[in-house]
Amino acid sequence: MTRARAAVIGAAETTEMGKLPHISQLQLHADAALNALADAGLKPSDIDGIATAGETPESLALYLGITPTWIDATGVGGCSFLMHLRHGMAAIEAGLCRHVLITHGESGRSRVAAAGFPHPIAGSLPQQFETPYGTFGPPTMFTIPVLRYLKDRGYGQEDLARVAVVQREWAALNPRASQKAPITIDDVMSSKMIAYPFRMLMCCLVTDGGGAIVLSAADHAADLHARPVYVIGTGESVEGNMISQMEDFSSSKAFRVSGRNAFAEAGISHADVDHLMIYDAFAHLPLYGLEDLGFCAPGEAAAFIREGHTRPGGRLPMNTNGGGLSYMHSGMYGMYALQESIRQMRGIAPAQVNGAKISVAHGVGGMFAASSTIIFANERP
Amino acid sequence: MTAGRPLPVPTPETAHFWEGARLGELRLQTCRDCGQTYFPPRPFCPGCTSRNIEVTRASGRGALHSYVISHLPAPGFEPPYTIAVVKLDEGPKMMSNIVGTPCDPALLPLDHPVEVTFVSLNDQISLPLFKLAGAAT
Repeated sequence: MTRARAAVIGAAETTEMGKLPHISQLQLHADAALNALADAGLKPSDIDGIATAGETPESLALYLGITPTWIDATGVGGCSFLMHLRHGMAAIEAGLCRHVLITHGESGRSRVAAAGFPHPIAGSLPQQFETPYGTFGPPTMFTIPVLRYLKDRGYGQEDLARVAVVQREWAALNPRASQKAPITIDDVMSSKMIAYPFRMLMCCLVTDGGGAIVLSAADHAADLHARPVYVIGTGESVEGNMISQMEDFSSSKAFRVSGRNAFAEAGISHADVDHLMIYDAFAHLPLYGLEDLGFCAPGEAAAFIREGHTRPGGRLPMNTNGGGLSYMHSGMYGMYALQESIRQMRGIAPAQVNGAKISVAHGVGGMFAASSTIIFANERP
Repeated sequence: MTAGRPLPVPTPETAHFWEGARLGELRLQTCRDCGQTYFPPRPFCPGCTSRNIEVTRASGRGALHSYVISHLPAPGFEPPYTIAVVKLDEGPKMMSNIVGTPCDPALLPLDHPVEVTFVSLNDQISLPLFKLAGAAT
């Protein structure tokens, strides 16, 4: 395993989560940031690097009273916060800043001072060659490759449904999960049709919330937090902003590049991974992720889930907070995947994986447009 | 289709495509150096970066590569409607709608041959749509 260069010394979600019409989007960022700073034992004046998406570094700096020497506003959708962690690690190592605060907050459901889903600008290639055909937000775009994928892999719609069923099993163990009642494959397959083959229970929740992380150099992390979580591997890539032009409808190029680089940097094998988060805006993403990250050969991910390996008690616990399908999904879910990986590494997750030492968090941005992967360890390599 | 469907806004680099569609031609671009035919439009070859490219008329034939049947409301559409990606015989993939066949998965098998058909939205803009080969328009 390669030597960790950065560590999480503060992490927290918003105090409340779910339907929060009494909190604006910027205040969700701030609430999460204050919780994470308290966890780190730091004040806003200690922070010299800020990274955020959804809101701007400027709005965050003004609101929290931070004067940064380094900022990152990478905004590629839901995995932006994983990239912020990767970029923040590099900035700390380059001496551009000491403590990086990464924030997410999204009034995804109540839409209090929140931007709507960004529609393509007039004259852009997606606006000319996709929008006229009735694409209207993620349920009609992220889903387009999936019938091809199911046919190529020999999977059925029940394999999508099972992803939702298993994640609900995890959510049942999490008091903060939005949806905890057990569901069956029949429940999923008889839920409301959204965009064939996707039914309601194969699509993520829409909620309000946020999360924040404080990142610092690995060398002094143990002095700053009782349970620092080390960043041992990182990756990122983008493929493109048009789902119709995705090179292979059955495999994400950005997933493959990001995952490969994160594993190479960490110097670990898949057998070393104790816990896995794969961003699940829709039920097909964990299937793609298991294959594109190399946990399963193409065509084996559905059986892997069916055989119970990702469920409670399985050998590769996945999406242990309940995921975007059952825990929460504000719109840019990546922060919550990171938070659950960090909780698991600290040993404080509601559905704690006993003895877990290495966790992989894998995110997507846009509609297979972008990807980032972070590998955490709770012992310093 | 109902009124209010989003209209594409052509740019200098895409004008030939929309001019072709207005005339009932599906136009792609082909690299004179490496031979690659590509889409969406740009004035250089994405394969080899050569600017020595030409506009070519596509056969209008392809195969149904993937799709969803949307049941969600969208401006200018009456759900359910089929958003598809077709794989053209010349190689590129293109988003479109499948018309002339009911929105029933049993009637829309993947890889079924499709052919282009055009719908005029106004004097400037016609959209290439696709129908299953052999189906009435």
